Amino acid sequence: MTGPTSPISQDVLLGVEQLSKSFGNVRALRDISLWLPRGQITALVGDNGAGKSTLVRVLSGVHQPDHGRVTFAGQPVRFADPQAARLAGIETVHQNLALVDELTVWQNLFLNRELVRRLGPFAVLDRGAMQVKAREMLARLSVNVPPVRAKVQRLSGGQRQAVAIARAAGWGSKLVIMDEPTAALGVQETARVEELIAGLRAEGMTILLISHNFEQVLRLADRVWVLRSGALAGGRLTTETTGEELVGLVTGAIAG
Amino acid sequence: MAGLATEAGSVPVDEPREPLRERVRDIGFWADWAAAIGLLAIVLVFGIASPSFLTLGNIEAMLVSAAILVVLAVGQAFVISTSGIDLSIASVMTFGAVVLGLLYAAGWPILFACAGGVLAAAAAGAVNGLLVAKGRVPDFVVTLGMFSAASGAALILSDGQPTDVVDPALLTLASGSVGPIGYSVIVAAVVAVLGHIVLFRTRFGVHVLATGGNAEGARAMGVRIGRVRLVVYLISGVLAGLAAILLVSRLGAAEPAINTTYLLNAIAAVVLGGVSLRGGRGSIAGPVLGALLLTALTNGLTLLGISQFYQPLAVGIVVVLAALLMRYQR
Ligand SMILES: Nc1ncnc2c1ncn2[C@@H]1O[C@H](COP(=O)(O)OP(=O)(O)OP(=O)(O)O)[C@@H](O)[C@H]1O
Ligand SMILES: [Mg+2]
Repeated sequence: MTGPTSPISQDVLLGVEQLSKSFGNVRALRDISLWLPRGQITALVGDNGAGKSTLVRVLSGVHQPDHGRVTFAGQPVRFADPQAARLAGIETVHQNLALVDELTVWQNLFLNRELVRRLGPFAVLDRGAMQVKAREMLARLSVNVPPVRAKVQRLSGGQRQAVAIARAAGWGSKLVIMDEPTAALGVQETARVEELIAGLRAEGMTILLISHNFEQVLRLADRVWVLRSGALAGGRLTTETTGEELVGLVTGAIAG
Repeated sequence: MAGLATEAGSVPVDEPREPLRERVRDIGFWADWAAAIGLLAIVLVFGIASPSFLTLGNIEAMLVSAAILVVLAVGQAFVISTSGIDLSIASVMTFGAVVLGLLYAAGWPILFACAGGVLAAAAAGAVNGLLVAKGRVPDFVVTLGMFSAASGAALILSDGQPTDVVDPALLTLASGSVGPIGYSVIVAAVVAVLGHIVLFRTRFGVHVLATGGNAEGARAMGVRIGRVRLVVYLISGVLAGLAAILLVSRLGAAEPAINTTYLLNAIAAVVLGGVSLRGGRGSIAGPVLGALLLTALTNGLTLLGISQFYQPLAVGIVVVLAALLMRYQR
């Protein structure tokens, strides 16, 4: 494995060692080892079916790995479910967004993090507070802010993406994972999301960005890992690689 | 949807609302209010056709006879909001009623006998929930099995015979009232209000709707969808048990008879109330209005002296019309 630099020499937020995950006969991840430096944007690239989303789902507690170890903030971790990952400080924008169409924007933003008021032994939703805070969370995205009381169903693709990203970024988490956050977006919306990602990095957040857009990766990320057919094909500092080299690593033309 | 069903939450108030005139031209407006409009139409038609329909006495009688259906429809609404279905709800009610009757016949005080009936029904609901949530058996299959099992258990336990439950307290529940409002109507109203609060004002309620709307997405956010599914079937069982008490109090006996009309009407009321069978779109007010509509329809047809045989046909037509209109829901 040719990592950009040694993982020991720097501040690693999340480390993955020899991680494997199979679905029946499909070996979606084979002995993956990589790490995410704290406070940086790390990209993960690879062809369709390379295993990127599977890795994301393992890191966010949706799937459990068959083998291998994950360390987070210096501690070995094993997330039994997504809530455990969220409590540890990992928020994820899943490829399919995981928004509930029938719920409103604010309900989605606060899903499973609902604010409540106590009325004696009962806890009722504090809808007013959630709506106010939802507007603040979305205002950070500054563009075409959807009304917080609208159903997600009625939003444009870009607005939905904004809601999903605002949700992941809004909780003071340590790591935000974004699985193809700009895949469905137009030029302007893509630029806005990229601004947001850069803004999160400036705030000191660690980000794992999955993307098929190598220009975007080179523009935004500090380093990049390449997956090929479930295995790690290589890792590079973005300052020391080119789009052609990444294409070569992805396709196998370059051995890595 | 706008008013009665999913609360004001869905109206984008950040934008100015469409004027009423515009909204009335939109078929989605009618779909959202289908149960209320249907109820109004039925009240108007029968009110004109039969002079006794809108008398205070008949309205009271309709509310009393709607009480059981309202309680069942609230339970069914919770299940359907998670995109499940409880086909066993009416036979679980029958099962609870038989348990109540047998405990009473065995000399238990009425309060304990009622509690026993509710517990029995709740246990059946819990079995449904466990099989759906942990056993990952499709809800349709699980509750169809429970439909059969609970009616069978009721027949076996009672040996097919009704048990008289002549108790002054239960009699009061059936015939007593506060002013013109019968106790059973008050029970149903309390169930509906609590159901509405739980569905729209608690975290659990949001998780019910999220589970129905996008189970995988909800799970990815850490919602424990298995637990949510278990609890909605438990709620359905408990409410079936409560309905059993109302049923026994009305009949003065616990009868093991299979009650498919209650099952079909409970589902029909929920569908009429604008709750999507695909889940995620919940309502309590809608199903309650749906239950009132179905009761008023049956009552009106009876008052007009139309043969009972036409009632299921009329219910069927109303439900299918409503389902057609529902396609235009916003
Ligand atoms: N839940 C699952 N059950 C069975 N197979 C799965 C499952 N999830 C992923 N796979 C398989 O694992 C492999 C990797 O899929 P994955 O979604 O991780 O790819 P990806 O790199 O995210 O691709 P894309 O760029 O298209 O999003 C594929 O062969 C896929 O079919
Ligand atoms: Mg993917």
